[in-house]
Amino acid sequence: MSHFGYVLGLADDALIAAQRLGEWCSRAPEMEEDIALANIALDQLGVARMLLTYAGELEGRGRTEDDLAYLRAEHEFRNVRLVELDNGDFAVTMAKLLFLSVYQRLLYDRSIGVGDERVAAVAAKARKESAYHVDHSARWVVRLGDGTEESHRRMQAAIDLVWPYTHQLFQVDPDVHALGVAGVVVDPSTLRPAWLATVDAVLAEATLTRPADVAAPAGGRGAHTEALAKLLAEMQVLHRAHPGARW
Amino acid sequence: MVTLFDVVAAVKDPELRVLNVAELGILRDVTVDGDAVTVTITPTYSGCPAMDLIRADIESALHDAGVARVDVRTVLDPPWSTDMISPEGKAKLAAAGIAPPAPMSGSVFVQLSVRCPRCGSPATEQLSRFGSTACKSLWRCTACLEPFDAVKAL
Repeated sequence: MSHFGYVLGLADDALIAAQRLGEWCSRAPEMEEDIALANIALDQLGVARMLLTYAGELEGRGRTEDDLAYLRAEHEFRNVRLVELDNGDFAVTMAKLLFLSVYQRLLYDRSIGVGDERVAAVAAKARKESAYHVDHSARWVVRLGDGTEESHRRMQAAIDLVWPYTHQLFQVDPDVHALGVAGVVVDPSTLRPAWLATVDAVLAEATLTRPADVAAPAGGRGAHTEALAKLLAEMQVLHRAHPGARW
Repeated sequence: MVTLFDVVAAVKDPELRVLNVAELGILRDVTVDGDAVTVTITPTYSGCPAMDLIRADIESALHDAGVARVDVRTVLDPPWSTDMISPEGKAKLAAAGIAPPAPMSGSVFVQLSVRCPRCGSPATEQLSRFGSTACKSLWRCTACLEPFDAVKAL
């Protein structure tokens, strides 16, 4: 994966997570949660915009953030499948958000001071917002896991459903490994021990069981579930139907 | 004499109307080169939706002051923190019924009790960590029973 591919991957994780979280707008179980999820989506979208702009510059073909968000096909998106999965019930959304935000928080934290100054600057901003996302999702996972019999059952089912997809966050890529060794960016494959430490602590407090590590879904970034096509159809429809539309 | 810096600094934050961009701590630099002015600002939150409006407001304020060419640039480094809100800015927030942020202590999880901006009581409780805008959380005073916004330490 090239340096461009790496930055695009970080951007797409945030972009697709933002789009999914935005689907909760007006549908969350309570008004405060509606606002919280929309706020978190907004943070993710902000990071995505900055990184997409930078990715376009790295690529050097003149593509803007909008070109990259609205005019790429499914196979060109570099997000992990974790973020594109359907929202499911509220527990699935919280499991996805916990796993993603603990990962992002670690990645951004360690990206401060890397050789790629643009990524470092975005990370220095995003890490503080990420801390709120970790805190919010962890509180819900604990509340539901250590709640009623029904909420515990559904939270555990959500963790079990989503867990296999978390492995992709830490997939080894030789080029990214080399960039990591050179101190240009952070190699995400090095983050799993620290990620597990935080996630395990939350699961333990929530009286939930960490699933066994069975086979992760095959394929790298660029391979997707069928959920992404539907998400993109909605996200891109206006831009594709009315090219260059502004408001 | 009103300088061009003063013109830019007087632009209000569209979400926290009591503050201007200088008090909010997002105005980094104003440089003048002939008839062109370059303004450098930094976003509060990565996804702050007010940035586009602030940029447009700065441009129109400078155009109104007779500046022909305006370039508003955005920088990220160093990242904005609520510690950059000026003391005057914090006082204005409190006067407007919005609890100002506590100083950052290294971790956002250490949130000391927030005083009610109306009656001053420390007997308050958080209703939601996410409020009406990205930068605020929602609180209630258990002494005077008023709900209020608080700017989150970041």
